[in-house]
Amino acid sequence: MRGTRTTVFRITVLAVLVLVWEAATWLAGSAFFPPPSTIVTRMHAMWFSGPFATLFLTDAAIGDILPSLGRMALGFAGGALAGVVLGLALGLSSRVYDYLDGVLQFLRAIPPPALVTVFLVVFGFGLRMQLAFIMFSIVWPVLLNTADGARSVEPLHLQTSQVFRLSRGERLRRVVLPSALPKMFAGLRLALSLSLIVMVFSELLPGTTNGIGFQLTSAYATFDLPAMWAGIVLLGVLGYLLNEVFLVVERRVLAWHHAAQQVVI
Amino acid sequence: MSAETLAPLRPVSPATRWSRRAAGALAFAALIELVSRTGLADREFLPPATEIVWRAVILVTDADFRTHALTSLLAWAIGLAVAALIAVPLGLLLGSVPLIDAATRSVVEFLRPIPSVALIPLVALVIGTGLQHRVALVVYASLWPILYNTMYGLRGVDPVAKESLRSYGFGPLAVLLRVSLPSAAPFIATGVRLAAGVALILTVSTEIVAGRGEGIGVFIFFAGIAVPARMDAILAGVFWVGLFGVLVNALLVAAERRAFRWHHAQRGEAG
Amino acid sequence: MLEIDNLSHVYGGGTPNAHHAIEGLNLSVAAGELLCIVGPSGCGKSTLLRSIAGLIRPTGGQVRIEGQVVRQTPDNLAVVFQDYSRSLFPWMSVEDNVALPLRRRNLDKRQRQEAAKEALESVGLAGAARKYPFQLSGGMQQRVAIARALAYRPTLMLMDEPFGSVDAQTREDLEDLVLQVRGHHQMTIVLITHDIDESVYVGDRVVVLSKAPAHVVGDLKVHLPGPRDQISTREHPDFVHLRAEVGRLVRGHATV
Ligand SMILES: Nc1ncnc2c1ncn2[C@@H]1O[C@H](COP(=O)(O)OP(=O)(O)O)[C@@H](O)[C@H]1O
Ligand SMILES: [Mg+2]
Repeated sequence: MRGTRTTVFRITVLAVLVLVWEAATWLAGSAFFPPPSTIVTRMHAMWFSGPFATLFLTDAAIGDILPSLGRMALGFAGGALAGVVLGLALGLSSRVYDYLDGVLQFLRAIPPPALVTVFLVVFGFGLRMQLAFIMFSIVWPVLLNTADGARSVEPLHLQTSQVFRLSRGERLRRVVLPSALPKMFAGLRLALSLSLIVMVFSELLPGTTNGIGFQLTSAYATFDLPAMWAGIVLLGVLGYLLNEVFLVVERRVLAWHHAAQQVVI
Repeated sequence: MSAETLAPLRPVSPATRWSRRAAGALAFAALIELVSRTGLADREFLPPATEIVWRAVILVTDADFRTHALTSLLAWAIGLAVAALIAVPLGLLLGSVPLIDAATRSVVEFLRPIPSVALIPLVALVIGTGLQHRVALVVYASLWPILYNTMYGLRGVDPVAKESLRSYGFGPLAVLLRVSLPSAAPFIATGVRLAAGVALILTVSTEIVAGRGEGIGVFIFFAGIAVPARMDAILAGVFWVGLFGVLVNALLVAAERRAFRWHHAQRGEAG
Repeated sequence: MLEIDNLSHVYGGGTPNAHHAIEGLNLSVAAGELLCIVGPSGCGKSTLLRSIAGLIRPTGGQVRIEGQVVRQTPDNLAVVFQDYSRSLFPWMSVEDNVALPLRRRNLDKRQRQEAAKEALESVGLAGAARKYPFQLSGGMQQRVAIARALAYRPTLMLMDEPFGSVDAQTREDLEDLVLQVRGHHQMTIVLITHDIDESVYVGDRVVVLSKAPAHVVGDLKVHLPGPRDQISTREHPDFVHLRAEVGRLVRGHATV
């Protein structure tokens, strides 16, 4: 009951604010701040007025949005997988962890954009460079969080698996991995928003030929502000949706964790 | 795993841990050196570690590079400070007045998922590509971690402490400043530490995309588009940025530990 | 079955805060025996149990099970840990927790489930199979830990203060469960407790440990008539006499 009431309240407030924004932009008449209605009309015309056969996506949408999402998905998947595997391996030995900790903290602290020229020089421009760049950017938070999780296995759980003589593989799969999951997911969530950022960043660079970031730069070059705002709003919506999907997955996978925590606290 | 490793973790002394980290870093550098010198990786792509470090040292004596670095540092510091000055009071407000929180929640949830780098071209059009450009983007991106952590910290404030102060006749503002703010402080500090990393990312990305003026990102960008690319200069720049990031993070972690010992002690007991 | 020879253990040896937990402890347990070990809290009981289970390597002496020196955890040994709630895996249902150790037993999935069900029934938790540990009370969690050990069918079962934090009624039920289990299965049980009454009620034999560093200060056979019963056994004169004797041994060495 309360839930629906607050939702209605929030939507009402949002609607009022959008109306205020609309009125203000009309009154101000600034070229930099087009009214929301203009932005939405533009988004529709640019991307969502296509034929039914392509689910109403226009050629521009297929040419810009899909490549961006594809690169991001591949980069995220590759970086996340590498981070999880390496993180688990690293978490199993506290000695190896101690040796690599400093180097890894350093690699994580490097702001990914600073490395983009390295990837440009090595791979030249193109898909390979973008994928490598996204993967390299997100692998460290996943790796370090996973390793941290794998290290924080309850000692009694390890002793229990030793007493019942579980094999190495079973220990890893049924004890270490589940224990690492909560922290691993925290790392993956960071990686998800980071992969959106570095994806857009890589597309803002000269030499790009498609993608949402490219669309932003070409709007910048032609001083097409409604198109630019349309790109920003689209990215905001994508960011929101990706995060929601992630939360749904996390809630399913970590149901035991959340439930157990609620009881304890 | 032997029985040995499963015995309760023998605590390793900090000295041992630091020497292991140093050994690890040296081994990492040696690996780069080896891979580069043996030609396993193209030397143009990966110069030997000694060359990178040497270049990094030389750069410090280079007045141009120092200007680049100081410009970035300035944008980073101003942006982070402004973000904190906005986000902490805002977080306190939203965290303690539920009505305002509910009213603005939808706006916050709408703005936060926008990847901040997407705003780089727009902000460049509106305010130009000088220092103000970088500061604006750093502020925008660093707001969120501080805002969210402040609000989160307020949620955990002990209601008994608030009640008891109120029963002595203190007003809501006094309660906020005397109870809520101190007990949310560790969370705010965490938010600032996270924001410091985000701010560094935005400083560098804005500089690279703008591609002109001063800044460490500009320096790295030009080293990259030079023909032939000056990989040692790029990596030397990256080395300093990374080192700065690690040091700031370590410093803030240490400061948190010192300032909020009570907080960590409490958590340790509960966990 | 189990022999402990001149066992010693020092925590943090070589450091200024070295702690001698066990020193010169000798003990032997016959097959099928139910031995209770009593001692003041902090004297080194859990340390002794960990040495038997091969979870720590004692700094002196040795433990032998069926003639074999224990270096790693031996086969067919189960432990019910003192901190039971943390020894269950929170991400597994109760049934999966109980069935997990059976993976080493050459059973297929159905057989494992059957065995888990049977063990849960024997501790009175048949209905909780699909629940998760956090949904159960402390006493129920402890029974799950016991069911897990039972399903494993060990030849040696080590129990570390297994009834430490359950209410009185459940405690009596669980004590009777242990008595009943050892009647059905051919099993040697070593049960650690700090409760003197419990040790006399459950044990065939009670061993009393000194305060740290632990060594054996008393070793008493318990001869009580008939099947034990919570009411009548506890008022039996032999019971009253034994518990007084154990009490004196514990106290004598706890206050010295
Ligand atoms: N891993 C350890 N490191 C150092 N000291 C320990 C460790 N485990 C236990 N001790 C110490 O050894 C003594 C005996 O512990 P324990 O065997 O758990 O006692 P009990 O089970 O009889 O209560 C205690 O004083 C405890 O503080
Ligand atoms: Mg104990």
